[in-house]
Amino acid sequence: MIAENSERRVISVIVVNEASVLSRITDLFSGRGYNITSLTVAPIPESRYSRLTIVTSGSVRVIEQITKQLHKLIPVLRVYEHADLVEKEMALIKFPLSENLSDISTLCAAYNGKIVNVGENVIIAMVADEPVRIENFLRVIKKYNPKEIVRSGAVALER
Amino acid sequence: MQISGAQMVIEALIAEGVDTIFGYPGGAIMNVYDEIYKQNKFHHILNRHEQASVHAAEGYAKASGKVGVALITSGPGFTNAVTGLADAYMDSIPLVVISGQVPMSLIGTDAFQEIDAVGISRSCTKHNYLVTDAKDLPRVLKEAFYIAASGRPGPVHVDIPKDVTAQIEEFNYDIEINLETYKPNVKGNTRQIKKAMEAIAKARRPLFYLGGGIINSNAAYEVRELVHKTGIPAVETFMARGTLSHDDELLISMLGMHGSYAANMAMSETDLVIGLGARFDDRVTGKLSEFAKNAGVIHVDIDPASISKLVNADFPIVGDIKNVVLEMLGLSEMIDADKYKSWRSNIKNFDELHPLTFHEDSDRLKPQWVIQRVGELLGDSANISTDVGQHQMWAAQFYPFTRPRQWISSGGLGTMGFGFPAAIGVKAATPEKISINFTGDGSILMNCQELMTAVEQKLPVINIILNNNFLGMVRQWQTLFYDKRHSETDLSVQPDFVKLAEAFGGIGYRVHTKEEFDAALKDAVEKNVVAFIEVLVERFENVMPMVPSGGSLFNMMLLEKKEKK
Repeated sequence: MIAENSERRVISVIVVNEASVLSRITDLFSGRGYNITSLTVAPIPESRYSRLTIVTSGSVRVIEQITKQLHKLIPVLRVYEHADLVEKEMALIKFPLSENLSDISTLCAAYNGKIVNVGENVIIAMVADEPVRIENFLRVIKKYNPKEIVRSGAVALER
Repeated sequence: MQISGAQMVIEALIAEGVDTIFGYPGGAIMNVYDEIYKQNKFHHILNRHEQASVHAAEGYAKASGKVGVALITSGPGFTNAVTGLADAYMDSIPLVVISGQVPMSLIGTDAFQEIDAVGISRSCTKHNYLVTDAKDLPRVLKEAFYIAASGRPGPVHVDIPKDVTAQIEEFNYDIEINLETYKPNVKGNTRQIKKAMEAIAKARRPLFYLGGGIINSNAAYEVRELVHKTGIPAVETFMARGTLSHDDELLISMLGMHGSYAANMAMSETDLVIGLGARFDDRVTGKLSEFAKNAGVIHVDIDPASISKLVNADFPIVGDIKNVVLEMLGLSEMIDADKYKSWRSNIKNFDELHPLTFHEDSDRLKPQWVIQRVGELLGDSANISTDVGQHQMWAAQFYPFTRPRQWISSGGLGTMGFGFPAAIGVKAATPEKISINFTGDGSILMNCQELMTAVEQKLPVINIILNNNFLGMVRQWQTLFYDKRHSETDLSVQPDFVKLAEAFGGIGYRVHTKEEFDAALKDAVEKNVVAFIEVLVERFENVMPMVPSGGSLFNMMLLEKKEKK
């Protein structure tokens, strides 16, 4: 077979809020050997549904199978894939207080963020931006010796 | 009406029109068994192992077309049933399997006979439920039957904690099913069907590729009509045996790893594959990149995920086979059957070059002869179940099937031990037919305790054990691909199968010759009691033709030619 190119894809899944629905989704990915880069889930306000945003990768054929297999699960209402999406991700970063705070603050501002907490020895900064820009930010701030980084995983909404 | 959860299970089964269920009691399911004791609306068959209960329910479902039901307890009762669930999932068999669970208050405490049943069954069922409140039971059971039978059928597992079966609530089964998230598409797209028919009309060497979905959709007779109207030859998958009658001029045979030379060559030479309810399984396609290489593909399936999963479909049609085939029949005027005359004669040549046959060149009986002989003697009057291995392939190759639902075998999962309990379920569903189970000396021991079930229930299944003192199919691969190192496949040490059958109250025969076989089969049919007919067959016979794993369909190992005397 011809080697098929693996692409990053964002899939949004609308599911009924019920017990074990998340395991049904993650079992499907592990059982069929698909990747999950990140997964976020939260209820959709004033409805009986939740929305999952799954960042995955695979060839066109694999992505097509993932969406079809997801749709086959009984509690899945809708699957959006390759839609025109607005994507955002948040990251929290812990820096030593001894680092250059004004540099950090300026950088955070450039990535829709700010310093959100100041402790005795550390500060915590927050940024929220497109996942690629978050990657970029995390590369840039390496020299300020971040002690801990938490990424939220992407959330996305169709335009 | 205010009733207990256990009574709700009974009432729901009655409302669903269930006449027979299979099961095995135990602690967590006792409330339900107590209600079974008190009712007489349906029959309960006590198997001697939970795996057998689920296989029997599968056999029942496959032979009758109805939903099969099995009832089991928690913990080991459930885990024993998992193989059956997985088998039904792979072969799209509609089942509702109800298991007991420890009481809600004990869930998560590693209680006696507790296991996370829905966690285990999630990946081998179409859907599953853990019922935490008896108020939900009527809806859950109604949904379970609906989901099992609709769309692409499959097993649904319902796990009910013991306190929920004791809980008393209002029961109303007269409810609308409203599953906003589950709406199988049963009607094919009319424009797409028309485009597919135009492609067929243009094709020079089209080929019907018939799959098990036809049987599930009860569409075999419509498919027969379509095949005859169009004059297009057809190959069947293992699961589709019986769709066309064995003597149909347009039926080439089964294709795939052990398909006939003509069927595999037709698939390799066709310019348009017309797939109906088949899923391009690896045992069918062989090497994917060489499969029907120069052909367009029409793929009709009720499961969108089956389409373009392995082989890209040029004309995907999502819908129930029966609906789609009926629409195709309405357009069959577009097709000129005479156009395919030379294609049909090409295929006939393939068949004459390497027909599906065997050589009677050994002292011991040939297993293929036994299958063929049963076909001659019983033919349409028998339903044929099998276990898994060489005997299964020979049965698929050599039995003269005449109708859908005559053939009951574990295709996808390939479960040894399936045949005997399945044949019990088949007999319960279709008592007017003789229930045959072709099995091997390996497979039969995997559920031989079912002798007791068959004796107790007076279900006279005739097990024909093709005994070659080998785990034959593995032995064949060892002979061919492992330089004859027959690792752990020599089954020289065996029970006395005749005595084994007799010990349970059945009847046993040991057969060496053709005359003995005819006499034993005749006697077993007349005696009307569960039977083991042990046939001592040639030990080193191989299933041929064979496409080695991962090879191309047109590169078959073939039966050696012998000069006719």
